[in-house]
Amino acid sequence: MIRVILPQHLRTLSHAGSEVTLEVESPVTLRAVLDALEARYPMLRGTIRDHVTQQRRPFLRFFACEEDLSHESPDAALPDAVASGKEPLLIIGAIAGG
Amino acid sequence: MSKVRVLVGTRKGAFILTADGKRDKWDVSGPHVAGWELYHLKGSPADPNRLYASQTSGWFGQLIQRSDDGGKTWHQPGTPPGEVPVPGPPKAVSNKFVYDASGETGKPLTTHQWYDGTQHPWEFKRVWHLEPSLTDPNTVYAGVEDAAIFRSTDGGENWHELSGLRGHGTGPRWQPGAGGMCLHTIILDPKNPQRMWIAISAAGAFRTDDGGKSWKPINRGLRSQYIPDPNAEVGHCVHHIAMNPTRPGVMFMQKHWDVMRSDDAGDNWTEISGNLPTDFGFVIDVHAHEPETIYVVPIKSDGEHFVPDGKLRVFRSRTGGNEWEALTKGLPQSNCYVNVLRDAMAVDSLDKCGVYFGTSGGQVYCSADAGDSWNPIVRDLPGVLSVEVQTLP
Repeated sequence: MIRVILPQHLRTLSHAGSEVTLEVESPVTLRAVLDALEARYPMLRGTIRDHVTQQRRPFLRFFACEEDLSHESPDAALPDAVASGKEPLLIIGAIAGG
Repeated sequence: MSKVRVLVGTRKGAFILTADGKRDKWDVSGPHVAGWELYHLKGSPADPNRLYASQTSGWFGQLIQRSDDGGKTWHQPGTPPGEVPVPGPPKAVSNKFVYDASGETGKPLTTHQWYDGTQHPWEFKRVWHLEPSLTDPNTVYAGVEDAAIFRSTDGGENWHELSGLRGHGTGPRWQPGAGGMCLHTIILDPKNPQRMWIAISAAGAFRTDDGGKSWKPINRGLRSQYIPDPNAEVGHCVHHIAMNPTRPGVMFMQKHWDVMRSDDAGDNWTEISGNLPTDFGFVIDVHAHEPETIYVVPIKSDGEHFVPDGKLRVFRSRTGGNEWEALTKGLPQSNCYVNVLRDAMAVDSLDKCGVYFGTSGGQVYCSADAGDSWNPIVRDLPGVLSVEVQTLP
């Protein structure tokens, strides 16, 4: 069971709670988690990754276990604590603007 | 008795203002889609309860919202038949705006001019303007940044670019204005379904006469000192165009500087700034019943985006331009430094034409007497991005 914490606006958009739980088969990578998230909540397609390039949107970052995973390969394995559900994957919007 | 419904897009959500034909007592609902920028909302002329809204964010990208009940509830288009759109998670992906670069129908994704004069790749950013079909509630056009026009024929779920515009050939000479390279104006011809007009900052105005397959620039007569060739075919920063639907082809334009008119569907333009205190501005609109009566809100300059002299004044011409009168009754005449953005003025079609506009300071003003006097409907909304009005039976 993978735990994902969404930023506030995406919780509103998806009608999801603050924390989403997903079943993801091993190996648990960022791409696999985001694919599972978008399969559950299709309206989130394009809001985290660009529709065409599948690149992370510039004002979003990925964190887990107090590490910034934003610039890791999407196919790299996530930390064991995320894969086991002990720690959540955090999707965080840049804190800026009014 | 007739009613009016004013659709207001702001930097932090949408608001819907309703009143009866007297337009003196208002109900305010909102914020809808709170916290997001609502660049534009517009209702279908074919089904007034069908509303479309552009919900956008620098963080999370572009979404389309739709209401089928006049703005009471909203959902992303495409929720499968049989499922209640709300409450519950929407199932749709209504936010996919991808430039058509296919070999069959598309055009190669080329480059446009960047602020520094270099070439820059085309990148989708947001929807600036939604224009529902005059006859089909499920057909709607979207003007986007980087400049292109898209169409949906299934109620806003799937979008396809009319790539003849972006691929028109002058694209490498288009460039972004301060707000981005946006297609912000779409006008449909009520008498000729094959004809429409669009405008882009900063490329200029374009027209199609074959339903969007091919386009031609219509900027003859525009003169812009800020580009290398002031009379160039493209590159002009057109801010907005308005047309009275009873007289297609007579167009009024607020350019970056200069107020212009065309009497031949945009083929030729002449300046009508006349005695305006400044001819910089964003909005322009036309009286619903007097096609030679037009409205603008002069802004001090391109460097100072607020009304001149601390006075919020709408200027009205009853002669199709050149001769303008300041309309001030009910508007602040001291210490006012708001802006009025390009899609933030609209007119209703009641017997006594109503005029509406919204400001960067969050006020929405209404005149129920064609501009002679004004009253604020609301004073403290987030900054207003767009105002549209529906006249309802």
